[in-house]
Amino acid sequence: MQKVMIERAAELLSSGKVNRVLGWRAGLFAHDNTPSVFTDAADLQANFVYNEFCGANLSKYLVKESDKEGTVAVFLKPCDTYSFNQLIAEHKIKRDNVYAIGVQCNGMKDVNDREKLEERCASCKSRKHVAYDELIGESGEILDSNRFDMVEKLENMTSEERFEFWRGELSRCVRCNACRNVCPACTCEKCIFDNPDSGSANKAPADPFEENLFHIIRAFHVAGRCTDCGECSRVCPENIPLHLLNRKFIKDINELYGEYQAGETVNERGPLVNYTQGDAEPSVVYERGNS
Amino acid sequence: MYKLNLSEINAFFAKIAQNEKLYIPADNGKGGARYTEWAEGVELSNACNTERSAKDFFFPQTENLVDFKVNGKKIEVIDSREECEDFVVFGVRACDVKSFEILDSVYLTDPIDSYYKNRREHGTVISLACSAPEETCFCRTFGIDATKPAGDARAYIAGDSLYIEALTEKGSALLSSLGIAETDDTAAVYAQIAETEKKLAELPLAALEAKDFTKKQLDAFNAPVWAGLSQTCLGCGSCTFVCPTCQCYDIKDFDTGHGIKRFRCWDSCMYSDFTMMAHGTPRNTQLEKFRQRFMHKLVYYPMNNDGVYGCVGCGRCLKKCPISMNIVKVMKSLGEVTE
Amino acid sequence: MQMNDNTFRPKIVAFCCNWCSYAGADLAGTNRLNYPADVKIIRVPCSCRVNPTFVLRAFGRGADGVIICGCHPGDCHYTSGNYYARRRMTLLFSMLDYLGIERERTRVEWVSAAEGAKFAQTMNSFVETVTKLGKNKRLEDLRCKK
Repeated sequence: MQKVMIERAAELLSSGKVNRVLGWRAGLFAHDNTPSVFTDAADLQANFVYNEFCGANLSKYLVKESDKEGTVAVFLKPCDTYSFNQLIAEHKIKRDNVYAIGVQCNGMKDVNDREKLEERCASCKSRKHVAYDELIGESGEILDSNRFDMVEKLENMTSEERFEFWRGELSRCVRCNACRNVCPACTCEKCIFDNPDSGSANKAPADPFEENLFHIIRAFHVAGRCTDCGECSRVCPENIPLHLLNRKFIKDINELYGEYQAGETVNERGPLVNYTQGDAEPSVVYERGNS
Repeated sequence: MYKLNLSEINAFFAKIAQNEKLYIPADNGKGGARYTEWAEGVELSNACNTERSAKDFFFPQTENLVDFKVNGKKIEVIDSREECEDFVVFGVRACDVKSFEILDSVYLTDPIDSYYKNRREHGTVISLACSAPEETCFCRTFGIDATKPAGDARAYIAGDSLYIEALTEKGSALLSSLGIAETDDTAAVYAQIAETEKKLAELPLAALEAKDFTKKQLDAFNAPVWAGLSQTCLGCGSCTFVCPTCQCYDIKDFDTGHGIKRFRCWDSCMYSDFTMMAHGTPRNTQLEKFRQRFMHKLVYYPMNNDGVYGCVGCGRCLKKCPISMNIVKVMKSLGEVTE
Repeated sequence: MQMNDNTFRPKIVAFCCNWCSYAGADLAGTNRLNYPADVKIIRVPCSCRVNPTFVLRAFGRGADGVIICGCHPGDCHYTSGNYYARRRMTLLFSMLDYLGIERERTRVEWVSAAEGAKFAQTMNSFVETVTKLGKNKRLEDLRCKK
């Protein structure tokens, strides 16, 4: 794969079709690859890498890269293509300035436990590329995933148990903002949490309330736009399962407003900028299982 | 040197914890370790190091400085400083102990930071020599000997025994009060040191050299490599917050509705409002923010501190950076440029 | 009436749409219908103006219950604002419940300008529910406590 990708990228560069290639640069070890922009063939040959530690989703970088002069080629794994589509739908990426190459992905390995697949890959939702200009390797199918299992487990707990669970998780937050900054759906130019005029800006989890506020709002703000790429949980230095917040919103949306997968297409209205007259009333929440 | 059997280690912890709070690295159930207050049932972790650094003990992420109570036109100023009790931290690795020295040079030189000093005076540090360094370790690069950590006392775990020796008066006062047996037979310790030294020399980053960038500071500052290195930096604060030596903070006022709580919290040079001034921020681009972090550790800090680097090679940023960019990669690139 | 100081009186924040519920509250007043003084009304131009952050911050700063009142579905002054609010608040309340925060502390009610009685009755019932739950301890900002 890697060899084919390098050759193709070099070809695109030399033909002048693109002037930059967004990919992964080899690190000190086999598992610390860094997203990087390549501009010449020699650099590609020497440093471009594609292995099972290329978890970083490159689509968010296109917000800036596609705004520059010339065309940029980008390598997208199946789940990255969903984020890519979503960003196009939100007019954040200039599609004409991007040459998207879909690459086959068999699941990425967990950097902390290198024998294991990353959690998000173990419950992969789709091996299908939903957007690309050309494909290297195979594009798979949408999978019948068990990704909501843990959400369901939490839903079946009592309110106290859920509270304890989330206190235990969120109290470790150091507010490094990695989850927010890596998220392809978080593209506000000035985040409410960085804006001193918002009244909600804060740099540290100075109180448990701040932790709840930050994480609820972070997940809420991407609700209906989150493609479940799982980057938030991958980058959390405290290993907080943040994707469980996002998946809760996705599960609720699916159940209440019909199955919806953000990023699957570019012209569908998202569930939170849409409605039907017969939508469930908020009181539907009281009628559910445990309280 | 004092010696006790490892099977008695919990009794040893219990004895310390009788008089003051004791913190030890314990498994966090997520594959890592974190400092945990010792109580019956808390076991010492086998992990090479804790995920969060030990700086939290002396420089916590948030710290209340002062409260203001507003009543009409009257403002009452309340000292909200938390009373600090004596505490012991066991199991600090050589890199983290070195980081305390770096923090000291910032907070204990004039003007002395009384909040930091207070915590420092109340804390006793028992370090623990490394025996199984990881691939991300590079403390040797900065002249730190992982087999001979500093601190108030240092411990070795060799074979089935814990060896421990006092290094300061504070350490010796603590150890002598615990009633543990002394021994002259320290052959096991030296054997372990020799073995660990061999492991350290074979680490993948063992050959990493800390070059003296201070003489070529402008070359370093203007190096074209910064553009490539910082290119995909997300501007998050993971590296800063796991770093044992990052010491920058911000002071914030929180309006409680009936007064003001003034507190300080860790800040990161990666953040948009870092060193924000009336005219704005002096570093607008991610390149400048990124450069600041590494210039501080590799150039500015050594320039002001007799060549001591502001990095201790603990390797936490190597593990935690979301895009796997880190100080080792920076040092390698910068080294080539300033050759 | 003599108030017993020891009885728990919840703090309730009610976000009321300017075009309906706020007028409904007015009507309840002019009709001299009783509802507890624990309810603090905040007037908003439409129920969809209520950002989830408003709800959370109300809790953070000491509210024990938050209720959002808007026009009946189909009657929004801006045609569709309350439909959006309905989806948002459903998801938000569900998330709060997921985090183990008592879901009965949040509510959405549709109250028109003509429904003074419904307004009073809604507030009475909401205050009663929240009083039973007691003080909000799971989503309060401890720094704001007196």
